[in-house]
Amino acid sequence: MTSRSALLMAPALAWLTGLMVVPCALVLALAFFRRGIYGGIEYTFTLENFGMVLNPLYAGIFLNSARIAGTATVIAVIIGYAAAYAIAASPRRLQPVFLFFAVLPFWSNYLIRTYAWIVLLNREGLVTQLLRWLGYEGEPPALLYTEGAVITGLVYNYLPFVVLACYAPLSRLNPELAEASRDLGATALTTFRRIVLPLTLPGIAAGAVFVFVLSIGNFVTPALLGGGRFQMIGNLVYDQFLTANDWPFGAALSMALIAIMLLLLTLQAFAAERASSRVVVREDAT
Amino acid sequence: MKTLLSIDAVSKNFGRVVAIDDVSLAIRENEFFALLGPSGCGKTTLLRMLAGFETPSGGKILLDGKDISNVPPNRRPVNLMFQSYALFPHMTVRANIAYGLEMERLPAEKIRGRVDEMLATTQLAALADRKPEQLSGGQRQRVALARALVKRPRLLLLDEPLGALDKKLRATMQIELKRLQHEVGITFVIVTHDQEEALVMADRMAVLRDGRLLQCDTPHEVYERPADRFVADFIGVMNFCQGRLDASGVGMPDGSCIRGRLPEGAAAGASATAAVRPERILLRPTGDVDNRAAGTVEALAYHGLDLQLHLRTDLSERPFLVRVTADAADRQPLAVGDRVEIGWSAADTRIFKD
Repeated sequence: MTSRSALLMAPALAWLTGLMVVPCALVLALAFFRRGIYGGIEYTFTLENFGMVLNPLYAGIFLNSARIAGTATVIAVIIGYAAAYAIAASPRRLQPVFLFFAVLPFWSNYLIRTYAWIVLLNREGLVTQLLRWLGYEGEPPALLYTEGAVITGLVYNYLPFVVLACYAPLSRLNPELAEASRDLGATALTTFRRIVLPLTLPGIAAGAVFVFVLSIGNFVTPALLGGGRFQMIGNLVYDQFLTANDWPFGAALSMALIAIMLLLLTLQAFAAERASSRVVVREDAT
Repeated sequence: MKTLLSIDAVSKNFGRVVAIDDVSLAIRENEFFALLGPSGCGKTTLLRMLAGFETPSGGKILLDGKDISNVPPNRRPVNLMFQSYALFPHMTVRANIAYGLEMERLPAEKIRGRVDEMLATTQLAALADRKPEQLSGGQRQRVALARALVKRPRLLLLDEPLGALDKKLRATMQIELKRLQHEVGITFVIVTHDQEEALVMADRMAVLRDGRLLQCDTPHEVYERPADRFVADFIGVMNFCQGRLDASGVGMPDGSCIRGRLPEGAAAGASATAAVRPERILLRPTGDVDNRAAGTVEALAYHGLDLQLHLRTDLSERPFLVRVTADAADRQPLAVGDRVEIGWSAADTRIFKD
């Protein structure tokens, strides 16, 4: 490494070290201490916080979070891939416009967007009013504070990531590959299954990991749309730090969460590395 | 020979742009047919209609007498070799070639047999387990060809098949393609903008311009008897002299006359162009020749086998090109600035009405 590139990297490295590595190390260290009787931390080494993470009660919350995040991921990938496919198939000059609209929600506040869903899903919210207008007469359906509401919120918030991640490989795919498949006798469906899907899988993997990792650690959406009835790991960590005052256990939970995320991101990076050795070029026809 | 494919008054427009304008062609069984024209002439559009990726706006395409104009590409016994080759990057050479047979739902051992056979024919057996990215341009071209041929189509379409190869490899592949076509006995329709490629490979060729068919004949006929001035200029090298028609040929502004066979319906006085190929011109003619001229050597281009002489004459604005064999050039050395006489016969002169 030349001194010049070291100089250019220094600010970023300092930022990462100061605001990422050091706090994470502190949290990791906390996890090995005991909780004080009146809250606070007792500085004696212990592994019992990690033992507690494996307690069926908490492990159950982990599994439940993974299930909710997994469901949100599957739904987001299906919707996002379809949207990305449609954008990539639209006229070239319109594609940036559609992408802009797909990403537009990002420019507003996460909380505001989540509150908007409360307005929509409320007991007498817009969805119920729509049903009434369509002729529904019974009790207003319980939409808010359900698992469905949490999943809806997660899908809605992270969908743009999937659209962007899937759009990239789809737009780079040489359209002649699909034509060649058709020419060789494949139906449109077979062409999608055997040519388009395998070649755009890296994008799907990237988008899916993104949604899953962000969902499983999320605590705002379950708190607001789940009404506190659906605890996810994020809420559990939040509670340990701010309500139960058990920082060491909260730290151990955080570490478990980070470990899951790192594992997934590493797997995804490996898969992407393998896929990128395979170049998909769009060659211009004359 | 039996007609395999009839293109019957086919037109294609994209919005207001007319890509193909009332083209009719008959392609015969086992023929090596070339669609030739400058870029934008509509040849690729025509090929895509034959493959089924575009439907004609007017007219019909008949294969073995059946109208296939609206049959989707996966249900036509026609295969296309793409200009970009469009090999599936996530599949090995073997899997690429087997793909089309799997779509026919043939039994596995039958697919294996036919793929092996095709790998041998195209000399790809040693590369069967490689991915496309591990192949050279020439090897990829062979895989693309094998993938289309293994389906044993009634008609194989090739879109600029040699365009991505370097000059030397292209010359080898031209012969190779012709040999292969003869061996497999499949009708080939090739699209090219390279007139030399068409002349070398094709049994017959069609010259297109701005979506219209200008001429369809054997390479020899197209070269020797071009239908119009554009074809004459596009295929090979041609000298043009513009003037006015008179009783025996084209009268030049300087009062001389270039003799040649007059086109039908020629009216004396009409504007016309006389054309002659460089290799038909005799240098310092001794005997009796129909047409004579003199010029000053402006440049000499050495091509190895022959020499191209650029002569400044009174006949045309552009320098007159004369091909001199290396032999003749050795006997009569030439230098820039020399004044030379040339001559050619009326039979070698083509006259086009403007």
